[in-house]
Amino acid sequence: MEQEIISAVITSVIAFFVVYVTTPFLIKGLKKRNLTVKDFNKKEGTMVPRPGGPSIIAGILASEFALYAFFPTNEIIAIIITTSLAYIVGLIDDKKTMGGWFKPIALGVVALPIILLGAYDSNLAFPLFGEVKIPVLYLAIIILMIPITGNTINSIDVMNGVASGFMTIAGFALTISLFIIQNYEIAIASLPLGFVSLAFYKFHKFPSKIFPGDSGALTFGAMYGTLAIVGGVEIVAAIALLPAVINSFLFLSSMKRIVEHRQINAKPVEHTDDFKLKATTEKKAPITLVRLILVGNPLSEKQVAHVIFKLGILSGILAIISAFMMGVSI
Amino acid sequence: MIGAIFVFIITMWILLIIGGGIVVTFLGPISITGYGDLNQIISSVIKAIIAIILVIIWIVILTKMKNLIFHKEIKS
Repeated sequence: MEQEIISAVITSVIAFFVVYVTTPFLIKGLKKRNLTVKDFNKKEGTMVPRPGGPSIIAGILASEFALYAFFPTNEIIAIIITTSLAYIVGLIDDKKTMGGWFKPIALGVVALPIILLGAYDSNLAFPLFGEVKIPVLYLAIIILMIPITGNTINSIDVMNGVASGFMTIAGFALTISLFIIQNYEIAIASLPLGFVSLAFYKFHKFPSKIFPGDSGALTFGAMYGTLAIVGGVEIVAAIALLPAVINSFLFLSSMKRIVEHRQINAKPVEHTDDFKLKATTEKKAPITLVRLILVGNPLSEKQVAHVIFKLGILSGILAIISAFMMGVSI
Repeated sequence: MIGAIFVFIITMWILLIIGGGIVVTFLGPISITGYGDLNQIISSVIKAIIAIILVIIWIVILTKMKNLIFHKEIKS
């Protein structure tokens, strides 16, 4: 147990401080190279450096490699490889605008190391009802899981601080759930996700000093999905992610096809005269979580982010309750 | 509206738990015999088809729930 505690503290500290220390340098570097994008929710049209993916992946890799020194397992190798590959996919999308299908397909390929390393258990565990053994079908779940979590986190990255703040909540909910089901090694391996997100949130929160970009959001999402698979908590992980899942579900059910946000002409949200956000009345605009939050009640960007965090906390609590329910069988 | 979103999340959670019960109770025990090495593949294909049907049913129920909870706002 002593080794677990020491490794948990070391990986958490490394994860947090690598991001906390490297992000200001990244911001300077991106500004110097003019790699900035307009923040459309600011009246003055502030230019914000992007992407923050490099500091996020640096924090994750440093902490996971440190953890590997304590627990040299295939699961940690799978987390490192899959998350790194997802980062590269995101970086490609940051540099060059790819089609709507690029990310789902590329992220499906990114999941292959989990299968090749055998870092999974093909039993799918459900709260209250126990496990179901689906050896072949589970392979399809692995291939689908990473694109779903990656794109789900990417799709919620719509306002200052939302992706990193939401990931902090979901990440720690996942860690607590893993501790509850007594999967201690993966619980410790999941700590860097929460701490990296928390450190990045410091720079990403309103008013953002940096945006994570696709490289950051896909890194978060892919690591989350990999942890869910190698930790055997797929359903609990999906529950903690429900607000983001709702966002994707509403978007897809209103658009009826996979489409990049930048390809949409009718925006779901508009600005009031005092630059608050309000839901559009445009019929062709997609329905999103933010649009629903704003129906009949214009809010500031910061207020919208706080509502999303409250929804994230509710989902996190439901995920933790579900983890407790894993130990109960009816 | 924000309250309705909270309700929607709890509804999704309950649907997930019920869906899990259906999967474990009906999908898990499916087993095919008499086809030698193909037994596992055939049973997996059957399980996959049933799982896809369950997911479609889940999405349809969610869409109905979405329309029920957000109907006025979405149409406006």
